[in-house]
Amino acid sequence: MSSAAVEARTDGGIHRRVEHVMGMPISLAMRGRYAATAEADRAWQSVIDQLREVDQVFSTYGEDSVINRLDRGELALEQCPAEVAEVLQLGREAEQLSDGAFSIMLPSASGRRRLDPSGVVKGWALQRASQFLAALHDTDYCLSGGGDIVCHTANLSRPEWRIGIEHPHNPKALIAVVPIRSGAIATSGTAHRAAHLIDPRTGRGPSGIASVSVIEASLTWADIDATAAYVHGQDAVEWLQARPIRSALLVWADGTTTRLPADLNT
Amino acid sequence: MRRIVIWLASTITIVVLLFGYHTSTNKTSAAAVPSSASSPSTTTSSEPSTSPSTTNKTYQGSVAQTRWGPVQVQITVQSGKITKVTIMQQPNGNRRDAEINDQAVPILINETIQTQSANIDMVSGATVTSEGYVESLQAALDEAGI
Repeated sequence: MSSAAVEARTDGGIHRRVEHVMGMPISLAMRGRYAATAEADRAWQSVIDQLREVDQVFSTYGEDSVINRLDRGELALEQCPAEVAEVLQLGREAEQLSDGAFSIMLPSASGRRRLDPSGVVKGWALQRASQFLAALHDTDYCLSGGGDIVCHTANLSRPEWRIGIEHPHNPKALIAVVPIRSGAIATSGTAHRAAHLIDPRTGRGPSGIASVSVIEASLTWADIDATAAYVHGQDAVEWLQARPIRSALLVWADGTTTRLPADLNT
Repeated sequence: MRRIVIWLASTITIVVLLFGYHTSTNKTSAAAVPSSASSPSTTTSSEPSTSPSTTNKTYQGSVAQTRWGPVQVQITVQSGKITKVTIMQQPNGNRRDAEINDQAVPILINETIQTQSANIDMVSGATVTSEGYVESLQAALDEAGI
């Protein structure tokens, strides 16, 4: 009951669905022509099915997942599903663009670097799965996987989706609201998992920064850029300014904020 | 009125060209302009007054089916001049769509945001796990909406 302090918008006929995949909640809000129909149910099922398949291939938790067998050398890249090469390529691009702040080869307890593309997979998989929803004519959707979100508005006469950004120091409060018609927002930080993001160059977590939210056209890159910016710590603003983002919100360890582009602060 | 129809047709053509422009890999572009653009429907957004020339009127073009999806344009005319062009429908899932939406979005920071009154649809935060979900704001939203 205590968590029910938020009221969903009831105007506009928003229909919601939730499932758990990849160890995180997948939430969907829909409105418009097909939002409440069997077509929407089928599209939603396709989203969930595809995310489950992705999880089976890319999970670093499952001993026998494709990605772990690839890491151990039991599989060659050519023997893996085509998506594996696509994700690894994204990971390499991200590593280059972030000066190494983002990497899919992460230090592990054993000291050996381990193949872990999780940082690419989530945003990429959600963006890809959202295509099933985009196929519903005249229907808007807002798809969230553990707090990273793809928004789409099919008819511009309907309002933007309103996305609340969680306060990194208090997960029950919001620090900002962002209206997004079509686009994606990803937030990186440590609010829910203690220091799960580490700098691949040092093996330590960044300091000085509490969370980074990035708004871009695609969740694939919003997610990568939010993670890389967070790992950049104090240098996050400078690094993000060179990225093709639409907007960003940085929350510092002391609770102060910086918005990008810079004129949003005035 | 005739001029307006011509305006409207050309506006739709421009918009379709706009969508067609960014298609180095696609051969067709403006050729996809449908003839339906010449039969716009007309609606009046405000009560017609005795001097219609100063009244805002909106005209909606027919939905043009392009290979990227439906495009529909609405124009607002005041005193014989187009004062506003609105794209009512635009294709989704293509690059041009992404670019049209590429403006910076405002981030509304308010130290006193009351979650109760924030009127939000979804919550973005550092990865929420299934274990943590029950306690999250998103769970409250999902629950309230179902």
